[in-house]
Amino acid sequence: MDTFNLLLQGFSTALTPMNLMFACLGVLLGTAVGVLPGIGPAMAIALLLPLTYNLEPTSALIMFAGIYYGGMYGGSTTSILLNTPGESSTVITAIEGHKMAKAGRAAQALATAAIGSFVAGTIGTALLAAFAPLVVKFAVSLGPSSYLAIMVLGLLTVTAVLGASKLRGFASVGLGLAIGLVGMDPVTGQQRLVFGIPLLSDGLDIVVVAVAIFAVGEAFWIAAHLRRSKMSTIPVGQPWMGKQDWKRSWKPWLRGTALGFPFGAMPAGGAEVPTFLSYSVEKKLTKHPEEFGHGAIEGVAGPEAANNASAAGTLTPLLALGLPTNATAGVMLAALIQFGIQPGPLLFQNEPILVWGLIASLFIGNTLLLLINLPMAPLWARLLRIPRPYLYAGILFFATLGAYAVNLQAFDLVILLVLGALGFAMRRFGLPILPLIIGLILGPRIENQLRKAFQLSAGDISGLWSEPLAVGVYAVVALILAWPLVALAWRRFRPGEEAVQVPASLERDPHQSRL
Amino acid sequence: MTQQATAAGKPAAGTGRSELGIAALLGVAGAVVLWDASRLVVPYSVSDPVGPKTLPIIIGSLLLVTAVMLAVNVLRGGRGQAEEGEDVDLSHPSDWKTVLPLAGAFVLNILLIGVAGWVVSGTLLFWGSVWALGGRNYVRDGVVSVTMALLTFYGFYFGLDIKLPAGILAGIL
Repeated sequence: MDTFNLLLQGFSTALTPMNLMFACLGVLLGTAVGVLPGIGPAMAIALLLPLTYNLEPTSALIMFAGIYYGGMYGGSTTSILLNTPGESSTVITAIEGHKMAKAGRAAQALATAAIGSFVAGTIGTALLAAFAPLVVKFAVSLGPSSYLAIMVLGLLTVTAVLGASKLRGFASVGLGLAIGLVGMDPVTGQQRLVFGIPLLSDGLDIVVVAVAIFAVGEAFWIAAHLRRSKMSTIPVGQPWMGKQDWKRSWKPWLRGTALGFPFGAMPAGGAEVPTFLSYSVEKKLTKHPEEFGHGAIEGVAGPEAANNASAAGTLTPLLALGLPTNATAGVMLAALIQFGIQPGPLLFQNEPILVWGLIASLFIGNTLLLLINLPMAPLWARLLRIPRPYLYAGILFFATLGAYAVNLQAFDLVILLVLGALGFAMRRFGLPILPLIIGLILGPRIENQLRKAFQLSAGDISGLWSEPLAVGVYAVVALILAWPLVALAWRRFRPGEEAVQVPASLERDPHQSRL
Repeated sequence: MTQQATAAGKPAAGTGRSELGIAALLGVAGAVVLWDASRLVVPYSVSDPVGPKTLPIIIGSLLLVTAVMLAVNVLRGGRGQAEEGEDVDLSHPSDWKTVLPLAGAFVLNILLIGVAGWVVSGTLLFWGSVWALGGRNYVRDGVVSVTMALLTFYGFYFGLDIKLPAGILAGIL
C-alpha cells in the first residue's frame, strides 16, 4: 500500500535522534503548558516560533505537534485536579473528572483520561494518515475558485458558528483582516495601511501579532484579575484503573473517538462540540445513570477521547488544504509560512518527508505522552504550585524576547504592546480571539485566491463559481449566514419547546477559555 | 463558581457602557481602512479586476457595520462576556494597580533594550513584572531575574546564533 510505505518512510524520518529529541521536547513542553494555568498550546507555539527560525522545519513542526497533543493531556490533569479547565475542550472533563477526584477516585480519572487520550489519539492519527491523502487527491484538482470558497467558509464558520456572540465574532474577524492588510499589496506593490512608516511596509509579522494577542494580552488580562485566594488542588497518587474501570471505559473511548475526529476535521468543528456530544451520549447509554453528576468514569473517558481525536481531525484540513480550524492549527500554519513552505494540497507532493515525518511523529508523541503522563501525573500536578508572579512575568519576558528576536528592532515591541492592549480589551469585552487570528492568517490568502480566480477567468466574474464545489460551498456559506433567521422562525413557531438541557458550565462561550 | 453569574450574559466585570469604546475603536479602524483604500491607485487591468482596493473596502465596511451594530447592542443592554481562566477571578474589577506598573516595566524595556542591552533591560522587565504581580521577596526575585536575563542572552548567542544587544555591558559579556 502506498500510504503505508509513505508512513514507514515517515517513521524513518521521525525516528532520527534529532527528531526524536524534538518530539520528546514537544510533548514535555506541551504537557507543561497544558498543566500550567494561563498558557496553552497556541501561545506556547507562538512564543517558540521566533526561536525556531534556524531549525529544520520538519523538526520544528514535530515539536509543535508534540506541544499540541501534549497540551491535551496536560489540560485534562488540571481540570480533574483543580476543576478549572485550562482548555475550552476540557470543560466537560472537569465536570465528572473533578467530582471523581473529590470522591477519592482521582487516580482512576487521570488514568482513564490518559489512556483514553492515547487510544483516541492513535486511532485519530491513523485516520489522519488514511484520509488526508484522499482529501489531497480530491483537492489537487480544485482551482482557485474552490479554494476561495473553502477558505471563506473556514473563516465564516470560525466567526459565526463558534462563540457566544456572532456580532463580536465578526468584529474580531474584521480587526484580524485589517491587520492582515498592512503592508504591500502583492499584485500592484502599493502600500496599504503603512502610514508612511517604513517599518510597516513589509507587513506585520504574524509571529509578533500572535505573541501580542495570545501572550501579552493574556498576561495583562490575568494580571488585572489575578486570583488572590489560593486554589486547592486535590493530592493524587499513581494513576491506575481497576478491571471495572476498564470495562466501563473502553466503549466511551471508541465512541468519543468516532465523534471527535470528524468534528475536528470540519471547518468549524473544534473540540468543544464533540466533547459535549460525547458526554451526552455517554450519559444516555450508561448503566450507572445515578453516578452522572457525581463522578462517572464514562463522563471522563468519552469526552477526553473526543478531545484528542478532534486534535488529529484538525490536522487533516490543516495539512491537506492549508485550512486552520483552531488557534493552535492557525499558529502552526503561521509556522509553515515562516519556513517558506506553501500550505495547501501540494504540501503532500512537495514536502512528503515533512508531512509523513510529522504524522509518524504523532504516533510516537502519543506513546511518549502516555508514558510520561501515567506514572508522572503527581509530578506534573506540582507545576501548579509555581508562584504566579514568576509565571506571568515569565510569559511577558519570553513574549518580549521572542518578538524582539524576530527582527532585533525595538519597534516590534511597540507593536507588541499596542496589540497586547488590543488583546486585553478583547478579553475584557468578550471579543473572541480565534476569529482575529484566523482572519489575519487567511485574509491575505483569500485575497490572493480571489485575484487568481479572476486572472484565470480573464476578469470574468463568473470565474468565482466556475467549479461545482465552489457553488456547493457558497450554498453552505449562505445557509450559515441565514441561520439566525431560520432559527428565529423556528422559535416563533415552536415557542413552548426549550433547548436541550445543558450543564451550567457549558453555557460559557467555548472561546472564552484560554487558547 | 462565577459561571452562574456569566451564564445570563452579564458578567460581574463588564457593567456600564465602557464597551462603547470597543465600538468606537471598530468605527475608527473601519474609517482608517476606508480612508487608506481611497488613496490607492487602481491601474486598469483586465487580469486583475479586483485590484488592491476591493478587499480593504469590504473589510472597512465590515468594521463600520460591526461598530454600529455593537453600539446598538450595547445601548440595548448587551454585554460581552469577560474571559475566564484558571487564575482569573472576575469578582473584582480590573486591578489597575497591577496592570499599570506591569505596562511600565514593559515600556521601560522598550526604551532601554537598545541602549542598556538585553541583560539590563530584561532583568528590569522580569523583576519589575514580578514586583507588579505581587512578588516581594526582593533578593530571590532579583537573583531569578538576573539569571533569566543572562541565561537567555547566552542561550540565544550560542544556541540560536541570535545576538541580542549587549548594550553597556558590551565588553563584559
